[in-house]
Amino acid sequence: MNWVVLVAAALALVSAVTVVRARIPVHSVLALVLNLISLAALFIALDAEFMGLVQVIVYAGAVMVMFLFVVSLLGARREAIEREMSLLPGQEGLGALAALLLLAALLLAVLRQAYPAPAALFAGFGTVRAFGAALFYEHVLVLQFAALLLMVAVVGVVVLIARRDQGR
Amino acid sequence: MPGMPIHGYLVLSAILFVIGLAGVLVRRSPLVMLMSIELMWGAAALLFLTFARQWGTMAGHVFSFLIIVVGAAEAAIGLALIVLIFRTRDAADVDDVRALRG
Repeated sequence: MNWVVLVAAALALVSAVTVVRARIPVHSVLALVLNLISLAALFIALDAEFMGLVQVIVYAGAVMVMFLFVVSLLGARREAIEREMSLLPGQEGLGALAALLLLAALLLAVLRQAYPAPAALFAGFGTVRAFGAALFYEHVLVLQFAALLLMVAVVGVVVLIARRDQGR
Repeated sequence: MPGMPIHGYLVLSAILFVIGLAGVLVRRSPLVMLMSIELMWGAAALLFLTFARQWGTMAGHVFSFLIIVVGAAEAAIGLALIVLIFRTRDAADVDDVRALRG
């Protein structure tokens, strides 16, 4: 047991609950940043140095700034007003029940399985060099699809936003 | 497994995923729902990296890299949709757009 890992895991859980429970969206965004950073600490503990750094730079940095930007664009005050009652009766109870059922199923599946001791790692596991070799030698198709997906996302966003303005 | 036994990571990932799912099902603010989806992406990435460490292969790292890419793309499109919905309806609640008409 390593206390850094335990603290990161506890922080991830607490911040995840805060994301869901916070009434003000800015608090949710900040809790999500904390969640992603503690996940990055866990990634580094799992010998995934490069993925931990990417998580901090790309996710906690770029994507979360985009979230904060949209939250402030829409007005943090107005967005905080969520309707008190759902139009679907019992939505909260049913949603929580479904989530608990899934949790029970997942825990049952996870805890019944026994695993051997972790495999021995080759030198440089999880570094940028090993990651680049895996991505560019063995999984080139993944790289191509990721590039295509990002391209489609960018074009999609531009099309979505631009179409409104043409009508005016 | 470094830090804690592998079951600790698996249970943590399951709980994080379920918290995200509960957020999508229970909350009705579109921004918070999108953030809950990000929680689920993070739980999945943690699971892939745990098993990459368990079996000592880099394939799990490549897949969790793909998860980050897909998460970023999904956040971009989702936020664009939310901005569009707010422009047309001033809605703070997904129940207000249930008709799916402009």
